[in-house]
Amino acid sequence: MLPFILKRVFQSILVLVITGAIAFSMFTFVGDPIDNMLGQERTMEDVERLRAQLGLDKPIPVQYFKFLNEAAQGNFGVSYRQGREVSEIIMERAPATLELAALSAVFAVVMGIALGVFTAIRRDGFAAHFIMSASLIGVSLPTFLIGILLIYLFSVELGWLPSFGRGEVVEIGGWTTGFLTESGRKALILPAITLGLYQMTLIMRLVRSEMLEVLRQDYIRFARARGLSERVINFRHALKNTMVPVITVIGLQLGAIIAFAIITETVFQWPGLGLLFINAIQFVDIPVMAAYLMMISVMFVVINLLVDILYAFIDPRLRVSAK
Amino acid sequence: MKKSSAILAVAALVSSTAMVNAETLKWARAGDALTLDPHSQNEGPSHTMRHQMYEPLIIRDTSGAFVPTLATDWAPSADNPNVWVFNLRKGVKFHDGADFTAEDVVFSFERAKQPNSDMKELIGSITAVRAVDDHTVEIETDGPNPILPSNLTNLFMMDKGWTEANNTVNVQDFEGGEITYATTNVNGTGAYKLVSREPDVKTVMVRNEEYWGRNDFPMEVSEIIYTPIQNAATRVAALLSGEVNFLQDMPVQDLARVDSADGLMVKQAPQNRVIFFGMNQGADDIEADNVEGKNPLADVRVRKAMSMAINRDAIRQVVMRGQSQPAGMIAPPFVNGWTAAMDGESSTDLDGAKALMAEAGYGDGFSIRLDCPNDRYINDEAICQAAVGMLGQIGITVNLDAIPKAQHFPKITDGKTDFYMLGWGVPTYDSEYIFNFLVHGRESDIGTWNGTGFNNADLNATIKSLASNTDLDARNADIASIWRVVQDEQLYIPIHHQVLNWGMADNVGIEVDPEDQPRVKFFTMK
Repeated sequence: MLPFILKRVFQSILVLVITGAIAFSMFTFVGDPIDNMLGQERTMEDVERLRAQLGLDKPIPVQYFKFLNEAAQGNFGVSYRQGREVSEIIMERAPATLELAALSAVFAVVMGIALGVFTAIRRDGFAAHFIMSASLIGVSLPTFLIGILLIYLFSVELGWLPSFGRGEVVEIGGWTTGFLTESGRKALILPAITLGLYQMTLIMRLVRSEMLEVLRQDYIRFARARGLSERVINFRHALKNTMVPVITVIGLQLGAIIAFAIITETVFQWPGLGLLFINAIQFVDIPVMAAYLMMISVMFVVINLLVDILYAFIDPRLRVSAK
Repeated sequence: MKKSSAILAVAALVSSTAMVNAETLKWARAGDALTLDPHSQNEGPSHTMRHQMYEPLIIRDTSGAFVPTLATDWAPSADNPNVWVFNLRKGVKFHDGADFTAEDVVFSFERAKQPNSDMKELIGSITAVRAVDDHTVEIETDGPNPILPSNLTNLFMMDKGWTEANNTVNVQDFEGGEITYATTNVNGTGAYKLVSREPDVKTVMVRNEEYWGRNDFPMEVSEIIYTPIQNAATRVAALLSGEVNFLQDMPVQDLARVDSADGLMVKQAPQNRVIFFGMNQGADDIEADNVEGKNPLADVRVRKAMSMAINRDAIRQVVMRGQSQPAGMIAPPFVNGWTAAMDGESSTDLDGAKALMAEAGYGDGFSIRLDCPNDRYINDEAICQAAVGMLGQIGITVNLDAIPKAQHFPKITDGKTDFYMLGWGVPTYDSEYIFNFLVHGRESDIGTWNGTGFNNADLNATIKSLASNTDLDARNADIASIWRVVQDEQLYIPIHHQVLNWGMADNVGIEVDPEDQPRVKFFTMK
């Protein structure tokens, strides 16, 4: 077992190093950060001085090696745009994104499973048909459009919910939370729905098809023959057996929720990591871009690593072939 | 500071219900201030934020005229042509209660001249600042400097005692990621005081009841809540839903919608920014065209023909939805040296343009690449697209390359483009600033934005002499003669002056500032 894990860890580190190298070679195409950092009155001397000071006059591999070296010591450099430590900015922004992602995930899972079960059981009902058609909108409309539509409906027309920001937040030991104030809770609703809608429809459709599959199995028929109530059959026997693939998908989608919060955060001016990243791209803020991309790739690599290891625990055949 | 923001917010809520005439300005724009240190980052949104809390000696009103602020009056010294004398306002106090004196002015100028300061170029000509008495300051420059006051309108005054006591005498090392007391705290003389600030999220300010001009200005806003909102649609939605009541950076396509909404209005004014095309006329052959061995842009007839092919009224109506003023020179209308006659010199004449092209030997046209930003000016890419079609009518096939500003501007400063779009604002309100950057031949510290390859030694000498010419009539005559050359050479193809739009609730009263710098002390709240 140990050699398998070590091998996977080594592969993961390799993936990270390559991802970082690709990211760094892309940065030169984003533009020249110096131009944004100095005003229009700058002289060529200012430009050269700053370029040398930031190490941007060095070749890309040298810059990348310096970044890796410092990142390994926990130093991600200084944001060109904000003039503050990148690690400090990321720590400050992470709670907003994580809270939003968590709420979106809960929304997606709870609503996805509930609607999936409902549409499977009442597969020919009007409501189920309506939900299935409406869910097509959820998968086909782009996130920013859904966000804007929700803003126009609930903020501009009805005036119920705020169109932007996090509302009032409370700080508890370095973590800011919007759950403890009314404005904070209100501000979470629209972004969480926007971000979770795609995952919700995905889970709903998956649960539905799995349920339909399971409901055709013999043991369901026998359960029915034994005279068990429909509720027990549907929830205790059928749903439980659909959960294995659903949980796998949920686990992988959680990473996607955090990584793809970028668009939702931009639409709702949500002060999280996605908005930070968009700002960094526009300003060519290389330290922030590099740290964010590395963080996201670490997250995906770790999730995949855990999933692989879990599979190996569940399925001994994988362990054998890994040797 | 952030820890207490929740408590302060509660406190502000309680006090705002207690006060009878509490008016909150809920203000949004696309970007946030980069830092609060008054002498770091010479940049628009940062200055806008500082102007609420700090003050310079002089500001400009919406017409561009000087308004005494911390200085009550100023004049060149009778004894020494290199010296300006400023008389300071008496009875001014900083937010912490300290008196504002000449000592603070001397200190602030010295701080702004430090290597880390972003303001040092603007006051580079200053050699010494002396306190004559508590309320008189002499500023000496390295030669006569007739337009020195123009460079002081964003130079903010700090309290020497506060700055020293809080160990923040040095301007922050922005690129090095330094955080100092002054980057997150404010002690100015301004009409508003800082309550709390989360960068890129929210900044809260309250009215300074001890302000020296408390009774001279409306100051009807008691609290300012400033929130940057980056996405244009969300920004407009926030205004429509009433979550903000004052909006900068209005998207052009939503103007009509906001203006027609109940309780909202849009105000506009010409902005201090002109949009134009530059052409590389200096090279023998250029890389971006299909003509081998020679440079069509080197021929003034081709440049004139290109300008004549541009239909500025069509761009104004179709691309800008009326939100622009066609331009004939590359100076905004407030600037010393601008004339209505020269600004009207561009006209559309397709037949004349074709004749000029034929005369220059390009009757069959040529093809060229146009470099254009797509995230810098209002509808920048769409303007370029319109120009592509218009130039096509006189046989010039234009290949448009529209890219983000972070990639576009280095092309101009590094000389990697032969035909490009650029916009220019003039913070000093004087033509010298335009000539220094756009007309003087390119050297390491002058002509840095002149991508045309134009380099005329006589003109360069005249431009350099403007800085120390104290005979204002002679100086203005020189400015006019330089403009004449720029116009006759068709150095640039002017397109239009941008129009600035602010959206606001009906009860908010303020006129649009051409530099996009709202100062909340002038706001009325009916």
